[in-house]
Parts: sequence; C-alpha cells; structure tokens
Amino acid sequence: MTSIELDLAERQAPARTVRRGLVHGLRRVRGSVTISFLIMAMVAVTAVFGELIAPQDPSAQDLSLVLAQPSGAHWLGTDELGRDVFSRMIVGSQAVFLGPLIVAGGAMLIGNILGLLAGYRGGIIDAFIMRLADLLMAVPGLLIIIVVAGTIGGGYWVAVGLLTLLLMPFDARVVRGATLEQVPRPYVEAARTLGVSNRRIIFLHIWPNISAVVVANTCLAYSGALVGLASLSFLGVGATPGSPDWGQMLSDGQNSLFLNPVASLAPGAAIVLVAAAVNIIGDWGYDRLSSRGASR
Amino acid sequence: MTRSSLLMYIARRLAAMVLLLILLSFVIFSLTYLTPGSPVDVLLGPNMRTPEAVAALTAKYHLNEPFFTQYWYWVKGAAHLDFGDSIQATLPVSDQIASRLPTSLYLGVYAYILAFAFGVIPGVVAAMRRGGALDRVTVAGSIIALSTPAFVSGVYALYLFAVVVPIFPASGPGEGFVDGLWHLTLPAIALALSVVAFLVRHTRAAMIGVLDQDYVTFAWARGLAARRVMLKYALRNALMPVVTISGTLLASLIIGAVIVEQTFSLNGVGSLLIQSVESKDVPMIQGVALVVAAVIIVMNLLADITYLVIDPRIRLGRHEA
Repeated sequence: MTSIELDLAERQAPARTVRRGLVHGLRRVRGSVTISFLIMAMVAVTAVFGELIAPQDPSAQDLSLVLAQPSGAHWLGTDELGRDVFSRMIVGSQAVFLGPLIVAGGAMLIGNILGLLAGYRGGIIDAFIMRLADLLMAVPGLLIIIVVAGTIGGGYWVAVGLLTLLLMPFDARVVRGATLEQVPRPYVEAARTLGVSNRRIIFLHIWPNISAVVVANTCLAYSGALVGLASLSFLGVGATPGSPDWGQMLSDGQNSLFLNPVASLAPGAAIVLVAAAVNIIGDWGYDRLSSRGASR
Repeated sequence: MTRSSLLMYIARRLAAMVLLLILLSFVIFSLTYLTPGSPVDVLLGPNMRTPEAVAALTAKYHLNEPFFTQYWYWVKGAAHLDFGDSIQATLPVSDQIASRLPTSLYLGVYAYILAFAFGVIPGVVAAMRRGGALDRVTVAGSIIALSTPAFVSGVYALYLFAVVVPIFPASGPGEGFVDGLWHLTLPAIALALSVVAFLVRHTRAAMIGVLDQDYVTFAWARGLAARRVMLKYALRNALMPVVTISGTLLASLIIGAVIVEQTFSLNGVGSLLIQSVESKDVPMIQGVALVVAAVIIVMNLLADITYLVIDPRIRLGRHEA
C-alpha cells in the first residue's frame, strides 16, 4: 500500500506522543510481542532454508491440476499454472525477509551517520544535510520508483536501491532530533573535557543512548519497505515475473479469485502478518530501550 | 512567528517546491535516455522504423539538439500540458490523462471522505475511553490496518463482497454519479483503509495530549457540560495536528489509487501509468509521472500553509517560534 508514505510521514510527526499512546495500548494486548517474535523467527527460517523445507518444487507446473482447491497434497491449492501455492509462499519468504532487511539496514546506517553528524556538528553541516533530507523527503517515493524501475528495467534491485535512498532522510531526521537532545547533556560535556575524540563520542557515547529511537525507526522502515516492495511486485515492477514473490502471487491469484481464492488470500495475509509483527516488535523495542534509559 | 516571517516561510517553501519539481522533471525526462535502446528506438516503440518516421520523431522531439536543449523544449511543452504523443495510441498524452481524470478524482474524493469519517471519529472515541475495551480494539485494529497494503485490502474486499457475498461489482467505474457510487464503494473502502490507521493513531494521540492539558481539567472543574468541553475545548485543538497530515494523506491516497485502480480494473490515471510502464510508452509515462508528482508536491505545500494559517497562535502572531 501506500503505507510506506504514511510510515514515512509518521516518522516526521511528533513521534514520541504517537508512540507513547500506542505502546500504552499495546501492552494490554497480551502475547502480541511473543507472537510477533515467533512469526519473524518462522520467516527467518523459511527464508534461509526455504528450498529445503518446501514440500514441492515451487516452480514445478502441473497443468492437469490448475487452480485446485486446498487439499492434502497441496495445502493451499495450486495457482493458474498448477504450481503449489504453499511451496511458493515458503520460497517467496526469502524476498520478503531479505529485501526489506537490506533497505532498512542500509537506510539506518547511512541515515544514522548523517543524522548523528548533523545533530552533533550543527552549523553549516547540519543545514546542508537537513536541506538535502527535506528535498528527498518531499519526493513522492513509490511513484518515482514505479516509473524509474519500471522503465529502465532491473526490477527488484533497482527498487531496493531507490527505496533505501528515499528512506534514508527519514532516519537522518529522527536521529538528528534525538542527537540534539543528547548533545547538551553532562556526559557529552564530560567526554569532551576528557579529550575523547568526536568520532568516539558520536558512535560510542551518543549512539547507544538514542538506541530506542534507532530501533523503532529501523523496524518502521522494515515494515514500510516490506509493504512497498510487495506493492511494486503486485504492480509488476518489482520481482522478476515467474519468481515466487508474495506481492506477485497476489496479483496472479487475483484473476482466479472464484476458483482458488486461497492462492491470493494467503500471501496477502502473510504480508500483513509479517508487517504487523515488525511494527509490534519495533514498538516493544522502543518501550524497553527507552525505559531502560530512563531508569539510569 | 510574525506575519513577515510567515511570508518568508512560504517563500522558502515555494522555492524548495520549484527546486524539487525541476529535479524530478529532470529525472523523468532522462527516462528517454535511461531506457535501454537509443532515444529514437524508445520513442518509436513497436512502430515501423521507416526513415520518415525517424525524421519526424527527430524533428518533433528535437533529438539532434544537445541533451539540455531537449530538456528545455520538453519542460516548455510540459508547462503548456504538452507531453508529446503516446506511442501506443498516437494520441496526445494530455488528452489521455484528461479522459482518465474523472474516475480517479471520484475515487480519490470518495476515499478521502471515508478515511476522515472512519479515522477521526474512532480516534476521538478511543482517546475518550482510554484503556477501555474499545480503545484496545481500536489500537489493535490500527496496527493491523497500518500493516495492510491497499492491494491486500482490495483483494480481500473483492473476495468478501464480490465473490462470497456478491453485493458490489468486481470491476469498472460505472456510469453516472449513483452507479459510480455503487461501483466505487469497494475501491474507495480499500483505498481509505490504507490510510485510516494513520489517521486513527494521530487523532487518538492528539486527543489524549489535549485531554491531559490543564485548560481542559479547568473546564471540567468549572462544571462545563461534557459536550462543550469535548467538542469546543478538546476536539478543536486536537484536530490541528490532523490537518497537518492531511497533505501527506492525500499524497499517499494518490499513490494508493494507482494500486487500487489496478486491483479493481478501473480506468483511472493510476492504471494509465501502470499500463504505459508495461508497454514502455515513455512519453505517456513521463506525462503521467510529472502530473502526479506535481499534484502531490503542491498538495503537500498547501496542507502546510493551511496549517499555519488556521493556527491562531501563528495567525495572530502571538507565537514566537
């Protein structure tokens, strides 16, 4: 969906109040955090060992058994080429797990370095980085990715690269804000007086202290990237046609909603579950890390 | 912020907007060159490569001129809504966009209204009953909705209300207003659902923030009627941050519309974009992308300015920030 744009905007908004309210409500949904971790562990396992776990060859076609309903042999039925939907979902989890990991990780790394630098140094470096971030943040991301990745080809990896670039400024901005809060604190002053190098202060003193924000943001970026990449695959500009990808399975299965609805409903539900799990883990992480900081 | 600094702010934002538009138009124009194949091949598409056709294209798109001169011609054309001719249909791109616009606008406005109705009201109610069962359901629901892309909600809506209980049509925009309303209800719900969670969360957080304020406690202490405290004191202030995000909301609705139009086979501007990407119809892609990007950027700016104008602290120049 569009949620990527919204997630992005959310991170510009006064994140603290929004989050505090949400975590408050979330603690009451018992077991949601455990379940989220279980879901992510499962996705991680299927992403790594997908080919071994899948009961059938995900690309083996059986044209005599097209669009079959779920059965003992095909747990989620077959798609329009007679391929086993369940096996395709397991193997497809690789793209779901890896792509967003690269996007969120890359955006976090570069965004954090820029944000820390801008917040710590201030002045002209800050102004330059932030104006650049403002400019990039105003780019209608998914639109540009659809157009560029769709036209020049290259699909998935071009999309991953562009998404990283466009998510980065959001990380940079949030990290800068958190850094600005830390800089006037006594421990930074003390480290400076002791002659600790700036690089050491930034990465070993300030960074750990803003870890709550970093974790929450990286999780948001992860779920945003997951949903964004799936949307692109759904539109046919992401994963290469024919490869097992949840977004693509959804658009392929949509035409046969009458015959085997599970072929498109299952990958849809899977996308929602994983994205929600990451969001919940992010909220939980923010909650844990920020309360740890407060009690110190 | 005083009045003059407000004007300064708007001027700065306008300058940034123009810069961004130039940047994006440059990227979009470069697509002719980034697409595999020579510009002539790209612009010819599947049409016959006759010397006459090549000469006509070269003349029309100034392909013999330097890159930046070509860009300048293209931008000048675009400013007059002339984006060249579609390769597929050999019709002016702008005509095609115009013919697709009504469906997209109808869908967008419908979804916008739904999103506000089903975003703001539950947000306010959840905040008023904080910690209650209703609040918990709203929070849990908003996390799920926040993680649901428009195409997933679209396919689920299709399955539930067009396959299982066929009360809505599965595709097409319908004829006229009433039929359109019936045809576009499912797409609009799917589209609205993708942004509703965002609105709920923001409204709820803003309302909780306001309800904790001293002036609201004081209003209760003075014994004012609950309705007066809630509507006049709390809600009015809580809606300010909601207005701020309405621009972003619109932007994501436009992108979401691309996905939803594709899901429900509606012939709107969004599906035009996807169709032209599929057929590598570069002039069409460029035209649609530039128009949509411009609309999103202008909407964002307008929302920001509206926020400044309706905030009395800024409007009356009392707020020094």
